[in-house]
Amino acid sequence: MSKILVIAEHLDGKLNSSTARAVSAAAAVKPEAIDVLVLSNNAAAIAAEAAKIDGISRVLTIERPENAHPLAAVLAPQIAKAAAGYSHVFAPSTTFGKDLAPRVAALLGVAQVSDVMSVDGGHTFKRPIYAGNAIITVEADPSQAVVATIRTASWATAASGSNNAPVEALNLDVTLPTHTRFVELKQGKSDRPDLQSANKVVSGGRGVGSKENFEIIYKFADKIGAAVGASRAAVDAGYVPNEMQVGQTGKIIAPELYIAIGISGAIQHLTGIKDAGTIVAINKDAEAPIFEVADVGLVGDLFKLIPELEQAIG
Amino acid sequence: MTTQTLIGVRYKETQMKILVGYKRVVDYNVRIQVKPDGTGVVTDGVKLSANPFDDIALEEALRLREKGVAEEVIVVGIGPADLTAHLRNGLAMGANRAIHVVTSDTVQPLTAARAFLKLVEKEQPGLVILGKQAIDDDANQTGQMLAALWNRPQATFASKVEIADGKATVTREVDAGLEVIETQLPAVITTDLRLNEPRFIKLPDIMKAKSKPIDTIEFASLGVDAHDQLKTTHYAAPPKRSKGVMVKDAAELVATLKQKGLL
Repeated sequence: MSKILVIAEHLDGKLNSSTARAVSAAAAVKPEAIDVLVLSNNAAAIAAEAAKIDGISRVLTIERPENAHPLAAVLAPQIAKAAAGYSHVFAPSTTFGKDLAPRVAALLGVAQVSDVMSVDGGHTFKRPIYAGNAIITVEADPSQAVVATIRTASWATAASGSNNAPVEALNLDVTLPTHTRFVELKQGKSDRPDLQSANKVVSGGRGVGSKENFEIIYKFADKIGAAVGASRAAVDAGYVPNEMQVGQTGKIIAPELYIAIGISGAIQHLTGIKDAGTIVAINKDAEAPIFEVADVGLVGDLFKLIPELEQAIG
Repeated sequence: MTTQTLIGVRYKETQMKILVGYKRVVDYNVRIQVKPDGTGVVTDGVKLSANPFDDIALEEALRLREKGVAEEVIVVGIGPADLTAHLRNGLAMGANRAIHVVTSDTVQPLTAARAFLKLVEKEQPGLVILGKQAIDDDANQTGQMLAALWNRPQATFASKVEIADGKATVTREVDAGLEVIETQLPAVITTDLRLNEPRFIKLPDIMKAKSKPIDTIEFASLGVDAHDQLKTTHYAAPPKRSKGVMVKDAAELVATLKQKGLL
């Protein structure tokens, strides 16, 4: 029987919803137990939140001052040690998990399955390659632990609230490296919904034209209660910060409604949105590739259309 | 710190080698086709190019050499005999020499990391710079795995790199924003898109590259466990989204979305 260790992602004392998505993937393996591991300098509140996720057997905590920031070189040896007795170690395929999981896999001497989209069996998974232009089925060696990152856009968050899993502190004897030091995290502060987990997302592209013009996108997003994203072209042009990039190398998202404004639809952008429920495209170029994937398309000048949309919404 | 040790550190840095992973992949402009029998993707006659993230890695290494931070830049490729032409491109871009690890087998990230570790032990670089992912398998693993096996720091998804006094200060593109970390050297850095814009190769550089050395090492001679640990059993095309509708104006768009319960 399998036992799965899910690595919790958190920031500022709050559990990231990517953790509950990784739990959904773990549940699909139909394991005997799913334990969530919280590494932090102050784990109690995060652990309490994790304990409510349905399907969790236990929450394990490793509380050390060195775990104040998610440095892969510091966390990986602790996870590798905590992984003893588990058949699988799952982490979300966010920048946190992508940075960390391969380091854990290498310490365990096992291959990693990146970006798990579906679970076909305890050791058989589907994952995207070539920017999602091909989906492969991979089989991991059943005699070894499986380390995998979970493509968050492919999995719903596991329900939360009815569970009250026990929380246990782990005391592991692990010497941690001192060669890596956290300096700072520069975050764009925003009251808008989180891009990765929002139900509605409005994104702007190169067609928006400038940083100042992007205000139009923010205003429209606020009108409909949406998070704001951007194409790589808009980020490269300096209209918006990097954390807003949607696409193969940015965030991969699956909102119910995605509105792409002034985005031509390069393959690398489409990779980031193909799991969206409804894709709306607004672009002045009727030949733009974004219209090939859009459920609803509207050709025209965004600067004229957005005020009209706001008026029509009422 | 005494003046002497400061000089010592600077001296060491100017002698520093940088190892750069330089993978050849299907060009990013190629529309990938899955073979109808599900055994792979079509690669016959398809244009191959350097992995874009690896071009960025090489560019960063060259800039560090030009700043006097490093002395030698070595590009490393793992692949079949005809990889030589690709490595010549890396030399034309400005690398001092190349190492070609020859194998006709597909090399997965853990195997690649083990092979890199052997080269690291031999070359003793101060930095290894790799692309954050290759755009063929999109694994995003090799740099982190090498750092783990080497027991050295990793700074992944770098958008800014500064080297001084035996340390790397790296700005990383993370989901929450930009994270800055400081690592001791030697270290592994993996590149993100906005780190730099790679230079174009000029014709005289192609001529010059012909006389630069390429060391050839048989993969088998490295003593690395190379059995593929993940078996790919099937390739499929992604599910297609059904064709959408075009609306004529803003009012019709809003009506359509309201009808779907989305507004």
